[in-house]
Formats: sequence, structure tokens, C-alpha cells
Amino acid sequence: MLTAEGLNRTYRLPRRSLFGAPGQRYAVRDVSLALAPGERLGVVGESGSGKSTLLRLLLALDRPDSGAVTFRGRAVHPTGDLRWFRREVQMVPQDPYGSLDPRMRIGDSVREPLECLRVPGDHRARVAELLAAVGLDADAAGRYPHEFSGGQRQRVAIARALGPEPAVLLADEPFSALDVAVRVQVTALVQDLVDRLGLALVLVSHDIGVVQQLCDRLLVLKDGVAVESGATADVLRAPSHPYTRALLDAVPRLPEV
Amino acid sequence: MSLLTVRGLTVRLGGKTLLDGIDLDLGAGERLGLIGESGSGKSLTALAVLGLLPDGAEVGGSVRLDGTELLGLDDRRMSRVRGERIAMVFQEPRTALNPLMRVGRQVAEPLRRHRGLSTRAAAARAVELIDSVGLPDPERAARAYPHQLSGGQLQRVGIATALACDPALLLADEPTTALDVTVQADVLALLDRLVDEHGTALLFITHDLAVLARVARRVLVLGGGRVLEEGTLTDVLRAPTHDYTRTLLAAARATSFTREA
Repeated sequence: MLTAEGLNRTYRLPRRSLFGAPGQRYAVRDVSLALAPGERLGVVGESGSGKSTLLRLLLALDRPDSGAVTFRGRAVHPTGDLRWFRREVQMVPQDPYGSLDPRMRIGDSVREPLECLRVPGDHRARVAELLAAVGLDADAAGRYPHEFSGGQRQRVAIARALGPEPAVLLADEPFSALDVAVRVQVTALVQDLVDRLGLALVLVSHDIGVVQQLCDRLLVLKDGVAVESGATADVLRAPSHPYTRALLDAVPRLPEV
Repeated sequence: MSLLTVRGLTVRLGGKTLLDGIDLDLGAGERLGLIGESGSGKSLTALAVLGLLPDGAEVGGSVRLDGTELLGLDDRRMSRVRGERIAMVFQEPRTALNPLMRVGRQVAEPLRRHRGLSTRAAAARAVELIDSVGLPDPERAARAYPHQLSGGQLQRVGIATALACDPALLLADEPTTALDVTVQADVLALLDRLVDEHGTALLFITHDLAVLARVARRVLVLGGGRVLEEGTLTDVLRAPTHDYTRTLLAAARATSFTREA
């Protein structure tokens, strides 16, 4: 359904000398992937591995140097009219504090994409339905972001993403800003929604526990290169790339008691 | 006698009680993990011990180091305790270091201030310390500015600075939260080794039980500014007595990664 073919994205480095050519660094190097309807893909890697750049390319927020993103066979160009694409592919950002306009009531924030994307139907009713779906009270619509905790704001961000009834949800570290007990609740909410609505999910995360819980496939990025991919259970049980092994060994685990 | 004795530590700020009667004991060379969620009072406890509470905070109770009361100590004497007897490693190495000062000078500063070393002797010792925390090419690293080093390297510098005067007590406030997991593993191993070698007592603050397990065996659970539970990590994991601890533990288990599943 959502495919990426040979994506490359480079950034220029400063010149080493006055006459030298500027250096180049690959943020994402020759990454391809295909996401089937309802499939959940976890993208893991450390800072600078290209996780977020890959997500931006998939969302057509950034243009690849080469390679292409297609959705249901149709090319996705960052410059064209992407309303059709945005209705189908939505994003949950990392930071629930930064992603909601502090001067907009929650209801208006959730309604905004419905209007921008010209989603048909009664938007007012839809907002109420969305807030209920993420476990918020109906009166939340009239309140402002600062009146909510981090976990509640992340629920709002999820409601906003679900508004246009997308087929795919892309999420960039959606749980990492949350306390552990809240993280469990929001993770369970995402799992439940994805199950119930049959959504496909691309989850970028450095938290392998969360990826293990939510994703059936796993892609490991290092320095922009996909060093390993496969079924989550297989990769975690028997990682084939040395980097994946090092990464898994480094994750602190609760001691057995 | 214990090295650090905290009794009934209470902090009020703007009419709110943020710490409500904290009791805590730490012997010389012992390690204690302080765990809780955001707002539970973990960091505030460390800041109170260091005498670095925000202006307007009302403090009550007692914080004794080797029998000497620290609460109410004047600034001059307290600043002698800080850096020499008690040192701290912060969560964000990038904001903890001065961006305009070469790394070597920052490591050397406590040696000049507290130990009266000459500039030259302190600089030489700083290079040794930077070497001891495992930075490659320590002389070059000492001449670098913070922006030229990675987050993991900076946290190593932070540890070198904290241990420069061989303090009796090291406070580490989420020292690896800002780091990648592979870097975190290295920094925790380093901290573990150095604290052992120096015989330093460690108060390790974290929200992550799995991280805590790498450095400490004894744990104190904080919630809402109170001590909810205290014991060995094994006891707390096996039979948590407080509801809050059970929630914390269930959450940690639910999101923790298992190799076998």
C-alpha cells in the first residue's frame, strides 16, 4: 500500500578547505520498504541513524535526492497537491507540547485537519466521536492544551491524526516524552485503535520494548542504512547483523526475580 | 555511622509542599537508587542535599554529611562542600558544561578551587581524569569545546569533573536519560567501575528500574514527595508493598523488552 523505493537523502557538510568540494552525508541511504494494509512496522536505531528523516520522506514533508514514495500505486510528490495523500496517511508527533497550538481550543485543533482536507460529514459530531475514541471527556473540546497532562495531550494528537480516517498512521517516538505508567496507557490505546480500525502503522522508536509490543515487522537503521529487517520476533530472537546484536545487548532489562 | 543522613526533609515552594518528610541513609561507599515518576521529588531531593534549591524555597528537617548539618550552612561553606565532598552528574551534559570554556579547564576547575592546585598541575591532572573516563586522545579532548564532543563524551567529561576531587558522595540525576542505549550501557559501566575504584557513595536518580538495576542494589521509591518504599531491588521487584510501586513495576514490565518472547 505505502511503498518507498531506493530512498536517498543527503545533507551537505561544510567544506574542509577553500577549494575543496563540500562533503556529503547520507541521512538515509538506499532504503526501500513496503507496507501492506494493517501491517505494523517498527523503525529502530539510535540518534542520527536516519529514523526521523525516513519518516519525513514517507510523509512527503521532505524531498528525497533520489527514489520515490508511492501510495496505492500513485506517486507522492512533496510539491503537488497532497490532500488525497494526507487523508490516507497521518502522523502522531513526538512532543504533545509542541504539536498543539496553545491558543486553539482542543476541539478546534482536532477539527482543523478535517477542514483543511475537506473531509465530508458533520465535523462537530466527528470531533466528539474522536475525543471519545481516545478516552477523553466530551468537554475537553472547549479547553486549551495547557489544561491537559502530557498523556492527555498525546491522546488529543492521536484523535487529530485519526480524524480523516486514514489507512496509515506514522508515529515518531510518540511515547518517549511520557512517564512510564502513562506510556503504558497510551501504548495500549494505540494498540487498541490500530487493531480496531485495521490501521497500518509505522512506528519510529528507540524503545525496543514498545516496538516489540506493537509491531509485527522491524527495520533497523544505522547511519541511514537499513542493516536488518524482518519479523519482529525473529529479529529480536536471532539478530543477524552485529549492530542489531550490539543494540539489543545494550538495552537495560529488568532483573529476573 | 552513615555518611549521609537525611531526616524529615521538607521543601515548600509557593505554598506547595514538594518534599514531605524524606528520610534517607547512605553509608560510605554505598549505593542507593532513587526512583519515581516526574514530579515525585527525586531531583529536588538531590538539589536539597546540594543546597541548590530555587529561591523562595522553605526547607525543613535535617541533612547531615558525616555528622555535619548542611541545611542552613552559609554559601561560602556550602560551596566548599559542593564539588569537594559531594559532587553531581546532571542529566543534560550539554547544559551542565560551559559552552565557552575548553573541556580541560572545566575538569580542572574543582582541583584549583578546592585542592589549591596550580593552573598547570590542575591541567595535567585534568588530562589524566579525562583519560580515566575513557576518552580517546585525552590531551586533544581537553582542548576541545563542548560542542566538539558527542553527548556520550560530554557525559564522561561530566563524570570526570564530578570525581576530580574524589568526593565522598556522588549524586547522579538521570545521567544517561539523554543518551542512546549503546552509549548508555558504556556510561553506566564506567560509572559503576569508577565509583567502585574510588569508594564513592552513589545516590542514583532514575525513572527506569532496568537502568537502576545496573548500578544499585538498594532502592527508595518516591511518590508525591514522600518515601513510599525502601528495600533491596530484589525485594521491591518481588514483593512491592505500595500500590504506586506496583503500578510502576507493572508499567516497567509491560514496556520492557524481553529476548525470549
